[in-house]
Amino acid sequence: MRVAGKGVIDRSKAVSFSFDGRRYSGFAGDTVASALLANGVSLMGRSFKYHRPRGVLSAGSEEPNALITTGTGAGQEPNVRATVQEIYEGLVTRSQNAWPSLDFDVMAVNDLAAPFLGAGFYYKTFMWPKRFWEAVYEPVIRKAAGLGALSGQNNPDTYERAYAFCDLLVIGAGPAGLMAALTAARAGADVILADEDSLMGGRLNAESGAVGHQSGAVWAAGIVAQLSAMDNVRLMSRTTVTGAYDGGMYGALERVNQHTGIRGAGAPLEAFWRISARHSILAAGALERPIAFRNNDRPGIMTAGAVRAYLNRWGVAPGKRVAVFGNNDDAHRTARDLAAAGVHVVALIDSRPDAVIEGATFPVFKGAQVCNSGGRKALESITIRTDSGEEALQVDCLAMSGGWNPTVHLTCHMNGRPSWREDIQAFVPTPGSIPDMTVAGACNGVFSTRACLSDGVEAARTALGALGRKAPAEMALPEAEDTPYALSPLWAVAGAGRAWLDFQNDVSVKDIKQAAAENFSSVEHMKRYTTQGMATDQGKNSNVAALAILADATGRGIPQTGTTTFRPPYAPVAIAAMGAGAQGHGFAPERHTTSHKRSVAMGAPMIEAGLWYRPSYFPKAGETTWQQSCDREVGYVRKAVGICDVSTLGKIDIQGPDAARLLDFVYTNMFSTLPVGRVRYGVMLREDGTVMDDGTTARLGAEHFVMTTTTAAAGNVMRHLEFVCQALHPEWEVSCTSVTEQWAQFAVAGPMARALLNGMLDKPIDNESWPFMACGDVQLGGVAGRLFRISFSGEHAYEIAVPSRYGAAAFDALLGRAEQMGGGAYGMEALNVLRIEKGFITHAEIEGRATAFDIGMARMISAKKDCIGKTMAARPGLVDALRPQLVGLKPVEPGGRLTAGAHLFEREAPAIRENSKGHVSSVCYSPELGMMIGLGFFAAGPARHAEVIRLVDHLRKVETEVEICHPVFLDPQGERARG
Amino acid sequence: MREGLTGNKGWGPHWRNPEPKAEYDAIIIGGGGHGLSTAYYLAKNHGMTNIAVLEKGYLGGGNVGRNTTIVRANYGQQGNSEFYSHSLKLWEGLEEDLNYNAMHSARGLINLFHSDGQRDAFARRGNMMINQGDDAELLDREGVRHLLPYLDFDNIRFPVYGGLLHRRGGTARHDAVAWGYARGADQRGVDLIQQCEVTGIDIENGQVRGVQTTRGAIRAKKVGIVVAGRSGQVAAMAGMRLPIESHVLQAFVTEGLKPVIDHVVSFGMGHFYISQSDKGGLVFGGDLDFYASYASRGNMPMMEHVMEAGMTLMPMIGKAKVLRSWGGIMDMTPDGSPIIDKTDTQGLFIDCGWCYGGFKAVPGSGFSFAHLMATGEHHAPAARYRLDRFRTGRGLMDEEATGSQHNLH
Amino acid sequence: MRIECPMCGSRDRREFYYQGAAVMLARPDPQAHEADWEAYLHLRENPAGPTRELWQHDGGCGAWLVVTRDTVSHQISDTQLAADVKRAMGKAS
Repeated sequence: MRVAGKGVIDRSKAVSFSFDGRRYSGFAGDTVASALLANGVSLMGRSFKYHRPRGVLSAGSEEPNALITTGTGAGQEPNVRATVQEIYEGLVTRSQNAWPSLDFDVMAVNDLAAPFLGAGFYYKTFMWPKRFWEAVYEPVIRKAAGLGALSGQNNPDTYERAYAFCDLLVIGAGPAGLMAALTAARAGADVILADEDSLMGGRLNAESGAVGHQSGAVWAAGIVAQLSAMDNVRLMSRTTVTGAYDGGMYGALERVNQHTGIRGAGAPLEAFWRISARHSILAAGALERPIAFRNNDRPGIMTAGAVRAYLNRWGVAPGKRVAVFGNNDDAHRTARDLAAAGVHVVALIDSRPDAVIEGATFPVFKGAQVCNSGGRKALESITIRTDSGEEALQVDCLAMSGGWNPTVHLTCHMNGRPSWREDIQAFVPTPGSIPDMTVAGACNGVFSTRACLSDGVEAARTALGALGRKAPAEMALPEAEDTPYALSPLWAVAGAGRAWLDFQNDVSVKDIKQAAAENFSSVEHMKRYTTQGMATDQGKNSNVAALAILADATGRGIPQTGTTTFRPPYAPVAIAAMGAGAQGHGFAPERHTTSHKRSVAMGAPMIEAGLWYRPSYFPKAGETTWQQSCDREVGYVRKAVGICDVSTLGKIDIQGPDAARLLDFVYTNMFSTLPVGRVRYGVMLREDGTVMDDGTTARLGAEHFVMTTTTAAAGNVMRHLEFVCQALHPEWEVSCTSVTEQWAQFAVAGPMARALLNGMLDKPIDNESWPFMACGDVQLGGVAGRLFRISFSGEHAYEIAVPSRYGAAAFDALLGRAEQMGGGAYGMEALNVLRIEKGFITHAEIEGRATAFDIGMARMISAKKDCIGKTMAARPGLVDALRPQLVGLKPVEPGGRLTAGAHLFEREAPAIRENSKGHVSSVCYSPELGMMIGLGFFAAGPARHAEVIRLVDHLRKVETEVEICHPVFLDPQGERARG
Repeated sequence: MREGLTGNKGWGPHWRNPEPKAEYDAIIIGGGGHGLSTAYYLAKNHGMTNIAVLEKGYLGGGNVGRNTTIVRANYGQQGNSEFYSHSLKLWEGLEEDLNYNAMHSARGLINLFHSDGQRDAFARRGNMMINQGDDAELLDREGVRHLLPYLDFDNIRFPVYGGLLHRRGGTARHDAVAWGYARGADQRGVDLIQQCEVTGIDIENGQVRGVQTTRGAIRAKKVGIVVAGRSGQVAAMAGMRLPIESHVLQAFVTEGLKPVIDHVVSFGMGHFYISQSDKGGLVFGGDLDFYASYASRGNMPMMEHVMEAGMTLMPMIGKAKVLRSWGGIMDMTPDGSPIIDKTDTQGLFIDCGWCYGGFKAVPGSGFSFAHLMATGEHHAPAARYRLDRFRTGRGLMDEEATGSQHNLH
Repeated sequence: MRIECPMCGSRDRREFYYQGAAVMLARPDPQAHEADWEAYLHLRENPAGPTRELWQHDGGCGAWLVVTRDTVSHQISDTQLAADVKRAMGKAS
């Protein structure tokens, strides 16, 4: 219920929202948790394993219990912290992990079976009889586990990613962070101040103490106003710094529209930032820890700091009759604030017999402990244990405090381990854990407000020093609370029953002790065996207590026991935020050729080739299968003329006095002997002796070559050439430039290819001026282009290149002429048939394991020179006569089916691994030969032409007798290409 | 069930904490999954119980406890095919063998393909699997849609052409495997010695004599190095240089969610794979961070790339929130396949180079390495895992076909 | 992670391609012993600590770099053009 006069919410703006189908009203500035508490709702969730009823434990992102689902339909969002989610008009929320309802959850029966479901229960049970784990137990456990549910539909919301750069990143806008940012900003540094909360100020918004002459909240608002007026400061609220990475990089999640109902394009729901900071200050504060006692998990039991936050920030009293239980002075504030606000404080219970408690207007129990709680779905009573025995108190809210843990998490992200401080019974960051990070305030173990303000200034001075900037001479510090922080450790109250540590995962003190008894005494073993600390809070609320109990059970101190590490992200981050922009086609760039539009207009299905799109085939009216189109297109090339866009092949311009030397070194064969105006085919190896790529290179001048690569390998080859030029032979005078995008290039292939070109070139060519493998400059309708007489089809063929801006027009013109001559465009399917018929290889054959020896090109490795890969290609295993080598394959029965990916066996050998002697790499139906043909690799295959072997494809249920043949099926003398 | 009724008090220690003896018949350096399974099979199959496992940290603290828990036998190259086939068969009998629930779950693994060429490459692999006696099915697009209706079939950057389904592939509970082997080895008398770092390997006249440790010298007739992630450092103690470069591989888990992904799905075009654990977390990962590293943590570029791949493939996971990311150190070899071999030092053996295929190999690796250490003979399914294959070029197993650059496998 | 390209300045790691140990600069003679080639192509010092390695600024100027980087902390202490390093190696031998 609301408390008059308290809180920094806007009571003039009522906001309505729903939870589990019921409408509730809150105020602008409320979270779902504060608004529900204000409405008297304390049951907000069910635990993971035992489905125990739970309410809020905290008032921040570390909340383990109050996880809800927001939204409906495709955009529903599971596992949202009710303590973080701000309410907005029309917000729909519901509870999760309960069926049929939060109030009555059938799975709560697990709680009764708890004796069977203790630590490590999975490992010791559920395995008999054989296979029952998978068949029976696992499906049941899977269904019962999990928290919220995804919608199962494509995420409809938009997200963004962005970069930011700064001199100083300040993480956390509490008293330390605000002073650090102000100090650094006044020194002129570029500052980013990021805070997880919607409202900057940190604990100042949750405490009643004054800063200077103002309330903490008003003081904080004033500093924020000053900062926001400075050009060198960027304030990022609702922004969680999620990870610390190498080189001063930080990940951060900004919840841009999670607090509004705005959805759709142009309004990202969240943005994931990569912040590059020269220095950082971690001022992330501290998190309060609960105390373990029997039934310490009932709705209504929360941390003392959370109770103050609900009271002071949101004006909500989480109960009508409240007790406070702690082991430290800080807890006293909760009792005092509640009493001052007129809330009935039933008792302040301090576990320390010598606690000093001044000015109490409520009953005080020193040296006492809370040892049990009563109630069903809400707290009704607690049992306290004093020197005089046990006593029940009727309460509906218990505020507990086991002390505070500095928020060290980010300092662990680069494998740093925090250090134990005995005086505050907590881990603090170990200096130097993150390079160029300074830690300040409560997360450095500095707990009073005044000390935090001062520590923030000091941290900024350190940072400014590191940045080489002069710090402001004097930073005035306001007066503020400066009381020492005193506590005596109390991790768990002794007694029977289950005392909870990890609330969400239902890990109890007993589970930790059991793990220790089973010799899971390493802290990592304990964590993994019990699942302690593996819930969505990553153990923020419970790890230190669990560690202390393990240390006790194993007879070691806490520092000797060690700690598990914290991994990024600090708070969970949506996959959609970190992968923003990739949904649909955003995952990778798309490359289009200059003929793309025309190809699409012609109805060609476009297929992926690397990042490029290429036409598969060009369907014509009356054709019902791709095969019909393909056969027709093959016919164009074999009988008339076909046009194909080959611009996607890599083109590398190589110039300089040592250009020929470079080519001799990267190709197995000689290029220095290539005359100007000629083209040569070359094979390129990796240094390990396997084939990297193949292609043709044209010599346009004495010191000028143009290399073509396959589409897939263009990038790799370019990098390889640069490696040779820069890292192996920087003394060579040669430069390489990728010109793939600069030239549009088209194959003009078929017996009528020259006739077609001669109708278009400004100067006609003939066989004498332009023989097979010739190249040179030409004019095409006044445009300077290049012509290469090369063939990937075995036919009389050319490739003509024009600057890309003329590509679309050139394609149209070439296509128009071809169609007049009874030809037309051909796509990838036809190209594949044409090359298989001629035994030309692609990356289906040179797939990364094949050597020059395997593809029958061992003789292309020139004996006269060194080249990349030559030495390693000569390793005995790479020239073994029994290696599978390139062969042609045709079915013994003309109608026999061949499939790529099938394995090859001797005729009588069973089709088992030991007998596999090769495989089929490419197949097609050859319209010319009227049957299927294939390329493949077979052990010692070239020596076995005309022998019959067996093709077995278990997957496609194909078994075919095939004859080994020469891989060139058509025109073995190559007369057509030369004609 | 009896334990539940008596308050779980009867479960004693899973293993003892023995003091190291002065001498053993054999020492295993490394108490990770492979080291523990080696010890187990040395004891069980070869009767060698006077042996010790030396672990510098805690048992199962290496990659066996920080992986994406995938178990499969879907390799395409001779050598790997028979090895992983053997290992999967051991997985299938593991729970009965160890009397420990490793939660092995053959939920089926699907490798997606996105072009005709990839389909044929996967067909070649699938046929190898069946040749070996394992299972594989080639699914077309509709076959994939039937099993994985939540993929973005309409708008994905690299359209789904189909997939290779390996029904016996699946997952297991990673820690449980290490603990099960540890418990089994301990019960057979093996000394599992934690917090014991090996600082030197004693060799005399080409014969191993024992090791130096932070808990004193220990003599042994045979020593096995099984320290993936640190192989180079330990091998250097014996004067060896390995064909290995260490790289970090990240993995991610989301908050718990109700069941939504029933299989293991692998998206080759995006280097992305995912499954859902029994606790409900989506467990997924991608490629190496690509630079040499001994830091068990990754950086943002690969993390974001993995998320991008997930978003283009299955945008329904967008609102799952990543709870934790972590990194493991991988021994990357020049062909992406492992090494189980003798060394030039008599009595010194090495098991390393698992790249990122080590988890599913835990049973097979221990079985074969134990065989080699006990008998001096290579175990048939692992007979190709020789150190000299890079020098001779014989029996290279380059599954990714990317060549001798360590980080590309 | 950010890398200081000598040509372009400090750039995000995403712009760079990693190849491996800088040993790849010292390509053996084709007639060298097979052990030299084995060491060049396959065997690695693979230190847990500072190491010299080859990167290329392929999303930028295309320069191949020799980066001195710690494999445990990932801190980069030096970046040079591979061409300069290679030239200096030539002079030294």
